[in-house]
Amino acid sequence: MLMYTLKRLLAGVITVWFIATATFIAMHQVPGDPLMNDKAVSAEIRANLEAKYGLDKPVTTQYFIFLGNMLKGDFGISFTQQNRKVNDIIRDHFPVSATLGILAIFFAATGGVLFGALTAVYRNRMPDVAIMFLVILGISVPSFVFAALGQLMLVNINSLFGYSVIPVAGWGTIWHMLMPSLVLGLTTMALLTRLMRSSMLEVVNEDYIKTAKAKGLSPTRIFFRHQLRNAILPVVTVLGPQIAAITTGGFVVELVFAIPGLGRYFVQAVQQLDYTVIMGTTVFYGAFLVFMVIVVDILYGFIDPRVRLS
Amino acid sequence: MRHITVFLTCLIILFQDASASPVDFENQTITVAIEQEPPQLNSAKATDQVSGMVLGHLMEGLVRYDRRGRVVPGVATRWEMTDDKATFYLRKDARWSDGKPVTAHDFVFAWRTALKPITASEYAFIFFPIKNAQAINKGEMPADQLGAIALDDYTVEVSLERPTAYFIKLTAFVTFSPIREDFFNAKGDEYAANADDMLYNGAFIMPEWTHSASLKMVKNQNYWNKDNITLNAINVDYITADTRARLNLYTDGKIAFTRLDGETYKDALSQRFRIRRFTTGSVFFIEYNHRPERVTSNINLRKAIQHVFDPDEMVNRVLAVPGNLRGESIFPVWLNGVEDKFRREYPAPTARYSVATAKQYLERAREQLGGEIPPLVLLVGDSPTATKQGEYMQGLLLNKLGLEVKIDVQTFKQRLAKMTSGDFDMVGAGWGPDFDDIMTFGDLFASWNLNNRGRYKNPAYDRLVRIAMNSTDPKTRMDAMGEGQQILFDDAALLPQYEQGIIYLLHPKVKGVVRRVVGADPDYTHAKVIP
Repeated sequence: MLMYTLKRLLAGVITVWFIATATFIAMHQVPGDPLMNDKAVSAEIRANLEAKYGLDKPVTTQYFIFLGNMLKGDFGISFTQQNRKVNDIIRDHFPVSATLGILAIFFAATGGVLFGALTAVYRNRMPDVAIMFLVILGISVPSFVFAALGQLMLVNINSLFGYSVIPVAGWGTIWHMLMPSLVLGLTTMALLTRLMRSSMLEVVNEDYIKTAKAKGLSPTRIFFRHQLRNAILPVVTVLGPQIAAITTGGFVVELVFAIPGLGRYFVQAVQQLDYTVIMGTTVFYGAFLVFMVIVVDILYGFIDPRVRLS
Repeated sequence: MRHITVFLTCLIILFQDASASPVDFENQTITVAIEQEPPQLNSAKATDQVSGMVLGHLMEGLVRYDRRGRVVPGVATRWEMTDDKATFYLRKDARWSDGKPVTAHDFVFAWRTALKPITASEYAFIFFPIKNAQAINKGEMPADQLGAIALDDYTVEVSLERPTAYFIKLTAFVTFSPIREDFFNAKGDEYAANADDMLYNGAFIMPEWTHSASLKMVKNQNYWNKDNITLNAINVDYITADTRARLNLYTDGKIAFTRLDGETYKDALSQRFRIRRFTTGSVFFIEYNHRPERVTSNINLRKAIQHVFDPDEMVNRVLAVPGNLRGESIFPVWLNGVEDKFRREYPAPTARYSVATAKQYLERAREQLGGEIPPLVLLVGDSPTATKQGEYMQGLLLNKLGLEVKIDVQTFKQRLAKMTSGDFDMVGAGWGPDFDDIMTFGDLFASWNLNNRGRYKNPAYDRLVRIAMNSTDPKTRMDAMGEGQQILFDDAALLPQYEQGIIYLLHPKVKGVVRRVVGADPDYTHAKVIP
C-alpha cells in the first residue's frame, strides 16, 4: 500500500511539472502583450516593467527562473494588481471557492445518488422519464443560464415576502451559499444521476442480488445493503475529478453571485494575460486535481479491495 | 403542512438579513456595488476608472472639482500661477488619517515617486509640464531634480517646463495625490495592497477591504472639511461585473446605485424605475492606420467612408441605448472653449451624407491605389457592443461602397498589441478625458503621441497642438484647436462615431451624487440620504 501511494505521488509530481510546462509554453504563444494597457507608455517605462517581471530575459531563462521559484512555492507578483502576490491571491480566494465547491459536491452527490437510484428502481416508468428529462436539461443548459434564473427566482421570492429572505448575491453566511452552490452542483448532479442509474441497472442483474432475493431478504435491505453499495463505486471514482472541476469551474457562478472566489482570478488572468496569476492558479489547480485523483484512488482501495491488487 | 409553514416562518425570522436597506437615513449610510475589484489603490500607479472612483473618496489633492466641475480648494487654500511657476499654499488643518499633518513634502514625494522609472507609472506623462519631469521619467536625471519643491511645510512651488494654462486643473488628478514618505517606505512593495497598507487624507477612510468581495469607506474624522460631509459610510458590499446581477441587487433593495446596459435597460424600464442618463465625456471613433503601406493612408478612401457614415444611425439604431450622442469631432461637446463650450464656439464640420460623393472619392482612391482595394481589416474588441458596431460598419461599407471589410475580433491585450504594431486598417477606438482641458483630446493625434496608434501625422496639426499647449491665452489656444478640428476633418484623420452615454439607476432617497466627466465618478463625497 505504501509503495502504491508513493508511486502515485511521484507520478503526480511529474504530472504537475508537465502541466506547468505546458501552460508556460501555451501562455507565451498567446498573442498579445501582458504589459500593454490603454495608455501607451514610453520605452523607458516599458523596460522597467519588463525588468520587474523578468520579461527582459530570454523565454528559456524565464522558464527556469519560474521553475526555481515554483519549487520554493513563490509565484511572484500579479501583473494586474501590481502590489499583490499571487500566493496571497490563492490564499485569500481559494478557501471561498473550496467552501462553495464542497457544498456543491454535497448537493450533487446526494442528489445524484438519490435520483440515480430512484430512476433505476422505477425504470421506464414515470419518475424515471421525468428525472431523466431533467438530467438532460441539467447537462445541456449552461450554468450561466441556471445562475441567472436562480438569482431571478430569489429576487421574486424576496419580493413576495416583502423583505430579503435569502440574499440574492454576496458572500458571508450559509444563506449566501445556498443558491450558488446548488447552481454550481447542478451539472455534476445530472452527470452523477446518469452514472448511478446505469450502474444500478447493471447491479440489478448480478447473481448476488438473485441470491439475496432467494434468501428471502426484504427489498429495502437488498436495495441498501447489496444494490446501492455496489453501484456507488463508479460514482466515487468520478467524484475526485468532479470536486476539482467544481471548485475551479465556478467563474460564472462567482460573477453572477458576486462571490470572491479564485475562479474569477483564474479566468480574468487569461483574459488579461496576467502571466504570474495564470501560472499560479493553473499550477495550483492542476496540483489540486492530481491530488484529488490520488486521494480517490487510495480511498477506492479501501472500498474495493480488488483494486489494490492491480 | 402547517408545521412546515411554522418552521419556515421561524427560519425566516431567525435569519432575517439585518442590513436590508440600501440607504439608511438615521446612520447616513449607503450601500453600492462596483464592477470590479480596484486593481491599484496606489495613487501614483492607479490608471483605471474603479480605482479612480475609490481613490477620489479616500485621497485629496491640492485642488478638487466641485459639483459643477469648477476647481475649488483641496489641501491647498490658494495658489498663484505665472507662465513659468505655480505656487500652492497648503492649509494647516489638513491631516492624514493617523492625525499627522499633510505637508508640502508629501506632495513632492508622491510626484517624484510617480515619475521614478522604477515605479513604471503609466500616468507619469501627466507630470510632464513640470520642469525636468520627462527627463526624470526617462532616467536621465535623479528624481530630486524635479521642478517641484517644498519651500516650507505648507508651500509647494512648481517650476514649469513650458507655460501650461491648465496646470492647476491637472493637480486635481488622482496621480497628484499626496503620499507620505515614512509610511510608503515602511510598507515597501505592499503599499496600498490592503486596507491597513494605506494612509488617507480624503473625506473617507477605508477600514475594511476584503479583496473581490467588499470594501467599506467611512467618514474621515481627521478630514479638515468633515463638517460638510454628511454620509457616514459608503458600503461597497458587492463586486461583480455582471450588470444583470447588479440590477437584481437593486431590485431586491440591496444597492442604491447601478449602471445599466442595453440588456438590463428594458428590464429596468418594465419595473418602472426612474432611469437616469449621463454622458461620460468619452469619444468613440474609428481610427485609421495612416502608415504608408496601408490603403487607409489614402485620404480619398477615408473621405469616401466619411461621406457614407451617419452617426445618427449609429446612435439610434446600432447602440440603441439612450444617452449616447452623435459623434462629430474628437472634441466632445462638454469641453470648454473661450467663454462658452468649445463646440458652440467652433462647431464641428460634418460631411453631408452622400453616396454619390463617396463613390467619386472611392473612384479616385482606386486610381491612386492602382485598381482594386483589398478587403479592409477592422480590428474590434471582443465585447458584444464592439462586435455589433464592427458588423454595422462592415454592412455599411459593403452596401454603400462595395468595400469588403474583414472583422478582426481580439481580446483587450491583443487588440492593443495589434494597434501598437500597426496590424490593422481600421480599429474601433475610444478616448476618455484625464483632465478638464481641451488638450486631453487635443494632443491625441499629435505625431509624437504614443497613443496615436494609427500614426496620423500632419505637421500643420502638430504646429497647432504646440500652440495650444504652450499658450496661456484662451483665445489663441481655442483658435488653434478650432483650426485643428477642421484639419482633422479635412484629412478624415478619424471617423467620430459617438460620444458615450450611460444609463443608471439611483435610489430616490440619495441626493447629491455627482457624475463626473473627469475625476472620481460617481462621486458620493457630498451625497446624503433624505428621510
